[in-house]
Amino acid sequence: MVQIVEEKNNKPTEQEEYLLEVKGLKKYFDISEGWFKKEKHYLRAVDNIDFFVKQGETLGIVGESGCGKSTTGNLIMQLLDKTEGEIIFEGVDLGTLKGEELRKKRAEIQMIFQDPYSSLNPRMRVFDIIAEPLITHHVVKGKDLQNQVYELLDVVGLDRSYARRYPHEFSGGQRQRIGIARALALKPKLIICDEPVSALDVSIQSQILNLMAKLQKEFQLTYIFIAHGLPAVKHISDRVAVMYLGKIVEITTKEKLFDHPLHPYTEGLLSAVPIADPELRDKKHRILIEGDMPSPANPPSGCRFHTRCPYAQDTCKSEEPKLMEAKPDHFVACHFPLKEGHGVLIEK
Amino acid sequence: MSVNSQLQNQSQTITSSTKQTPSFFVRWLRLLLKSKTGTIGLIIVLAVTLVAIFAKSLAPHDPNLINPAMMLKPPVWADGGSSAHILGTDNLGRDILSRIIYGSQISLAVGISAVALAGAIGVFVGLIAGYYGGLIDNILMRLVDSFLAIPTILFALVILSIFGPSVTTLIVVLGITNWVQYARLVRGEVLSIKEREFVKAAKSIGVRNNKIIMKHLLPNVISPFIVISTLSVATTIILEASLSFLGLGIQPPTISWGGILSDGRDYIATSWWLAAFPGMAITITVLAIIFLGDWLRDVLDPRANN
Repeated sequence: MVQIVEEKNNKPTEQEEYLLEVKGLKKYFDISEGWFKKEKHYLRAVDNIDFFVKQGETLGIVGESGCGKSTTGNLIMQLLDKTEGEIIFEGVDLGTLKGEELRKKRAEIQMIFQDPYSSLNPRMRVFDIIAEPLITHHVVKGKDLQNQVYELLDVVGLDRSYARRYPHEFSGGQRQRIGIARALALKPKLIICDEPVSALDVSIQSQILNLMAKLQKEFQLTYIFIAHGLPAVKHISDRVAVMYLGKIVEITTKEKLFDHPLHPYTEGLLSAVPIADPELRDKKHRILIEGDMPSPANPPSGCRFHTRCPYAQDTCKSEEPKLMEAKPDHFVACHFPLKEGHGVLIEK
Repeated sequence: MSVNSQLQNQSQTITSSTKQTPSFFVRWLRLLLKSKTGTIGLIIVLAVTLVAIFAKSLAPHDPNLINPAMMLKPPVWADGGSSAHILGTDNLGRDILSRIIYGSQISLAVGISAVALAGAIGVFVGLIAGYYGGLIDNILMRLVDSFLAIPTILFALVILSIFGPSVTTLIVVLGITNWVQYARLVRGEVLSIKEREFVKAAKSIGVRNNKIIMKHLLPNVISPFIVISTLSVATTIILEASLSFLGLGIQPPTISWGGILSDGRDYIATSWWLAAFPGMAITITVLAIIFLGDWLRDVLDPRANN
């Protein structure tokens, strides 16, 4: 029998200072129709999630499309207004900042976007794109500005002569490098990467991931790396959070998650990863998650995953599992976390 | 990298990049020569503009000189034409060519200023409504709807009869009745562009709203606007002509192309040249402006650069 320790806000050690801490974050979109709105309908994109990010680490956030991972990123970026909860960055709740204060704070959190084709203004030269954050926050001017832009181009591995060109003259990978240079310009502490490689060719993906890893070391960056599959976060993440229907279902270190997933959904995601070796592939027991994700406008009762869970019991339909520390530093929201090995339930 | 080599590197890239990217003017000229219709359009528009500017020295006669002896003379190549009046004379014996030359001043001025006014209002309203959305958008768009519900000619007639017809009133009236189409066009473009990630990127950098609107949205909505507004200079010239034709536009002794048409309307049945030449002036100018607009759209798009 495994001991389950319930802890609030999944804080393992109180004394540790986090760069970013998210507490009880909720984002409901009002989807009520009609003029009188007798009944309020909400789409619960993000529903009460807690996590933290330590200085210098990479937290991967993984989930199917529609699970709320990008919404979480946008909430942290303050591009969306939260419904409830706290986003504490360096001890300051970002939600309480207004106007100028918030504008200045933005310099410290930057974002790398998914689609390098829409993330660069087609009417601006590369120089102006990379210079924009520096100009906006009055970091440098004139000759120094030019030098800094050139340095940023060096850092991301682009030729300085590219500064005079327009984005349409570049490939997806090069564009993504431009986007990274822009995100780096203000020397942010936290960079939110919203599926930064999923729009790129496979051959380019690893280049960009390596660049990001190199930059992390060089500039002591902290990343939140959002992706829709586990393989994408495997290389770069220190810890991984798995999201399902607006909730975090499992959060732990990369090693623990990949070696011994505790949540059936994580297990399903892991076994969905294609295996190149046919012998290994045939040996491995595959757990298939069937069906589609239910609508976040009308989530299932109890555990949100019970409709697709191969191990669902009656309790799962009625009672919502809380995110608990099932093993040291390994949090899972499941009534029946998996035993080591896979496909086996922990005996009650 | 040492500072020295860095600077060297930099000066190299600067010189090499100036070679790569030709200057703005050269680029425009190249693109212009590539487009035949654009070249034709530009030449005609420039010609008409020059005619308008140098009307005084170009016109063979005083356009308002009434000469009863030369009433309704046909153009020079027709029977009874006189070489003194190449395009003939009207019912008061005034030289049609001189009148058309002088009329180009007012027609161009009214067409361009009215569109500039309408464009300025429309683009501003469209950007604000599209970017901020919500209540502001609702209020502005209902205003646009109510403007759309007013028949342009009728509105112009009412305003012109209240304030009296003058060039300024005409420009203001045409400007006010036409801004709505730009507002709708620009708002629609803004709605799609503001969802693109580069706008999100600008917001997350902390770029102020007015800068996002000016630097990220405006340049990206401007090309459909340019095309529509050149078309609109054309229709405005026609609208001015129709108002003048109805007698509420430009008042004599000021001359506009529509005014010439209007003056000659009683005699059109017997003297075709009264309507044909000012009509041709309108048609050719309008066509040239449309060609020019199409070309401008290409030039303004950096993607059309290679």
